[in-house]
Amino acid sequence: MKFKAMTAIAALVAAPLSAVAEPDDDTLIVNEEIEMVTKTDAPAHLQDVMDTVMSGWHFRSDETQALQADDFENPSMVFVDQAQELWDTVEGTEGKSCSSCHEDVADSMKGVRAVYPKWNDATEEVRTLAMQINACRENNMGAEKWGYTSGQMASMEALISVQSRGMPVNVAIDGPAESAWAMGKEIYYTRYGQLELSCASCHELNYGNMIRADHLSQGQINGFPTYRLKNAKLNTVHARFKGCVRDTRAETFKPGSPEFVALELYVASRGNGLSVEGPSVRN
Amino acid sequence: MKLKSLTLAAVMIGGVAYAAEVAPTEVAFDEYGAVEASLTGKPGDPAAGAMVVGSKSAGNCVACHAVSALSDIPFHGEVGPTLDGAGDRWSEAELRGLMVNAKKTFDGTVMPAFYKTDGFTRPGDGYTGKAAGADLPPLLSAEQIEDVVAFLVTLKEE
Ligand code: HEC
Ligand code: HEC
Ligand code: HEC
Repeated sequence: MKFKAMTAIAALVAAPLSAVAEPDDDTLIVNEEIEMVTKTDAPAHLQDVMDTVMSGWHFRSDETQALQADDFENPSMVFVDQAQELWDTVEGTEGKSCSSCHEDVADSMKGVRAVYPKWNDATEEVRTLAMQINACRENNMGAEKWGYTSGQMASMEALISVQSRGMPVNVAIDGPAESAWAMGKEIYYTRYGQLELSCASCHELNYGNMIRADHLSQGQINGFPTYRLKNAKLNTVHARFKGCVRDTRAETFKPGSPEFVALELYVASRGNGLSVEGPSVRN
Repeated sequence: MKLKSLTLAAVMIGGVAYAAEVAPTEVAFDEYGAVEASLTGKPGDPAAGAMVVGSKSAGNCVACHAVSALSDIPFHGEVGPTLDGAGDRWSEAELRGLMVNAKKTFDGTVMPAFYKTDGFTRPGDGYTGKAAGADLPPLLSAEQIEDVVAFLVTLKEE
């Protein structure tokens, strides 16, 4: 018995040498109801580098994929429930909760995730969802900002994402957002750190390939926030960016920094046309 | 007087530890990216080189390359070509050049330069995410490079 298990482990360990690591062709339907577009034609601005954009979901194991197909299995949903409570919690000097102004999240936040990051006319800046949430907390509630990658922020982003699941990502990259988008694009192709790797080195030139034990995806963010089995919590976009830049032996940018905001807009635009999937499940 | 003896001591320390070692900034490449002379002035140790190639905390070459000779190590990557037969395809000098800075052989390759200390964008202090200090060491030492070269030379097609 023991011996058998050991042989099985040995076989597993040996397998990756010859593993077939192509993204699969499975279909993601959440709760037997929301059919997700997880592969689609690349948006026009990407067509000189790739034909098809794909959700990170395709690069995960069948077991991990299954967790995302059913909200009762998806560990993120606990955090969505917690955020629903936060939504109704009065905080700050104005005596208001999110629901005081936005009422039912299912109505007011439908479609919002799909178009963020988004240009804000009043403040003349590109705002991520996290920036908008904190702007509401500070200015409209008189409450303290949440940490940019904090648990509360990730949970609230998850609650807001759920309202757009299945809708196509559609961030605007022209008009006033264009300069931030161009800055994000430049960051995407800059080879950082002592390993001199750019986002493109891994997620454009090598998606589908194994890098050690990791199956490289296109690094799309349509599934964020993401519950990772590895750290058993919800992970925000900027926390992921930070980890990826750190892994090039580079000095990272800070979550919420202008660089990461610009990068988020650019990376989001590479997924224009994919469904909003967040909160997703990854390893 | 004091100053002079200090300088002398520094030279001696350098002299003992790094006999004929070529510094990262002084490596001479030929026009195809090969490096003729051993960085340490002596041959490397292939067994030690195999450890560097396989170890996550050293070269971590298997993150990107499969190597059948190291099939006991789990999880070999696919970002670069398999290293099987590298000793047939490349001369020792070419392999040394690939190790020091593969970009001199393959323009724009994703393979990192293992014996290089400058010219980086936002270099970090290892994997901490913090900025690197003033004297950033190369990814591998001269000795480790020579050990890896000695190992790669042994990778022949059956
Ligand atoms: C006092 C009223 C008020 C409160 C309380 C409030 N908001 Fe807002 N919120 C607004 C207004 C007004 C806007 C639109 C303003 C703008 O475009 O800048 C807005 C916009 C937003 C948007 C962007 C919607 C879009 O279509 O772009 C999000 C997301 C949001 N709020 C989330 C929250 C969350 C989460 C909370 C609680 C933590 C909250 N808001 C609390 C008034 C409020
Ligand atoms: C050294 C390789 C490497 C580099 C460079 C790199 N990443 Fe990643 N990234 C990974 C790995 C490995 C994963 C986990 C597997 C996967 O989803 O691709 C990952 C995951 C991601 C994910 C999560 C995708 C999902 O569906 O959950 C995003 C987003 C991402 N990276 C963005 C970036 C951005 C933006 C950059 C540049 C700032 C970058 N990465 C640079 C290796 C890298
Ligand atoms: C981040 C990925 C990466 C890492 C890490 C890496 N390499 Fe490479 N290596 C490559 C790629 C990609 C090529 C192919 C060159 C090209 O066309 O860009 C390559 C090419 C080579 C070649 C020539 C292969 C052939 O026979 O054609 C050798 C030899 C080599 N690498 C050895 C090593 C060794 C030894 C290490 C570790 C000390 C290492 N590499 C680390 C990506 C990597």
